[in-house]
Amino acid sequence: MGRHFDNELRDLKFSLLAMAGLVEEMVELVRQAFSERSDAKADRVIALDQNVDELELSLDQACIDLLALRAPFASDLRLLASTLKIVPELERIGDHCTNIARRVKFISSYPHILTASQIEELGEATHSMVKRAVDAFVNGDAELAKAVIAEDDRVDELYVQVSKDMLQIMLQDPTAIERASHLIILVKNWERIADQATNIAEEVLFILEGVNVKHPYLQKRDS
Amino acid sequence: MSTGVLDMELELEAKHPPAAMPRYRDMPLTDRAVLEAPNMVSVEDLNLFYGSKQALHGINLEVRKNTVMALIGPSGCGKSTLLRCINRMNDLIDNVKIDGRIRVGESDIYAPDVDVIGLRMRMGMVFQKSNPFPKSIYENVAYGLRVQGVKNRAVLDEAVERSLISAGLWDEVKDRLNESGLGLSGGQQQRLCIARALAVKPEVLLMDEPCSALDPLATSRIEELIFELKRDFTIVIVTHNMQQAARVSDFTAFFWMGKLIEVGLTEKLFTNPRERMTEDYISGRFG
Repeated sequence: MGRHFDNELRDLKFSLLAMAGLVEEMVELVRQAFSERSDAKADRVIALDQNVDELELSLDQACIDLLALRAPFASDLRLLASTLKIVPELERIGDHCTNIARRVKFISSYPHILTASQIEELGEATHSMVKRAVDAFVNGDAELAKAVIAEDDRVDELYVQVSKDMLQIMLQDPTAIERASHLIILVKNWERIADQATNIAEEVLFILEGVNVKHPYLQKRDS
Repeated sequence: MSTGVLDMELELEAKHPPAAMPRYRDMPLTDRAVLEAPNMVSVEDLNLFYGSKQALHGINLEVRKNTVMALIGPSGCGKSTLLRCINRMNDLIDNVKIDGRIRVGESDIYAPDVDVIGLRMRMGMVFQKSNPFPKSIYENVAYGLRVQGVKNRAVLDEAVERSLISAGLWDEVKDRLNESGLGLSGGQQQRLCIARALAVKPEVLLMDEPCSALDPLATSRIEELIFELKRDFTIVIVTHNMQQAARVSDFTAFFWMGKLIEVGLTEKLFTNPRERMTEDYISGRFG
């Protein structure tokens, strides 16, 4: 395996980056769609999802082909194995963005309820995690990947706080229940996107350092 | 206010897997017993010179009992030279000078009082090109025992059958033991040579690219055989085929220009090697 395989790996990385870039764009767009109550941006997010799905299929095929035909070892092997895991994470982020976009379209005709700024903060924090996870992959930056993983706790806290506030609103004002229910699912989608950014950062660390950092409580128990 | 719904969700996410599930560290491909196995072959500070040219530089390597050690590296890196040091075959080459020590079991095989012929009886050797003698299948396998002076037909019969079974060849040749070994296919000839090596019950089996002249099916049979044989023997195999090293060995040692660059568990070396040079070699970027 010489330069020919290097070119194939470069093409694979390029496609993965195209997919990651597209997904990051969806995350940013849906965040704006919520803040600006923009149906147009929400529609754009929904339309982009198909491109992500298409890239998932072609990347899956490329990984299987390269594993079968080039039988890679070491960092090449780690790149392919992790690409096979990063691709579905990106695809799910695309799905979550689409879900958020659909709910944005529903709630945009109603006035903001109390927690809008908190939800925006949650969206910004999550978008930052996705962007930085992709940057860590592009730049081979292990420290940045670790920073992304550390950020997830803050998103979890925000999610729990927003959800509790939302329950409070529903208890106080039954007419807000429908909107608040959409918002609860919407923030859950943001929280899942942050989890998936974490998973991507974990894969980036595996590619770069060959260490599996998932489930630290198990690693601690067995060491 | 009750937030039981959310609390329960967070709690569910934190649940640990049930204790009866296999734990992730229980499922590596390499049996962890190999890490506790005693050393069978120990190479200590070994230097080898062909005349004034140094071919091996300060090699330190330990091969554990009942494991497979693969020696890999580009042509001329010293891996076959090292293999031939373990049964002192390099003694047959003029101008070879060796210092350092190799111990097999407890004995220093380069000690002055070593019986070299006796030593080679403890080492089976299988070469790149199968080399059956122009004799019957039976006599090929019985050869080593006859050299040792065994004449008892029952003992020879038992050894021939046992060795051919171990080499995975018995069912194919049991009805034609008196036919020439040269009439067998390439893969069968190589297994015949393995049977011949096994007949004298060696402690260590040395294999120098045993599959390089074989088709994929015959290669796969030899590889399966290696897996079976390590129950009874310690195996050192030289191979140019990275996939083969990855498939058959427990440990892999990477050589370059007569130096041992890295040695470790095969599963580790092929997924996350320590040295950049190893990484480049196994991923085909040099060598």
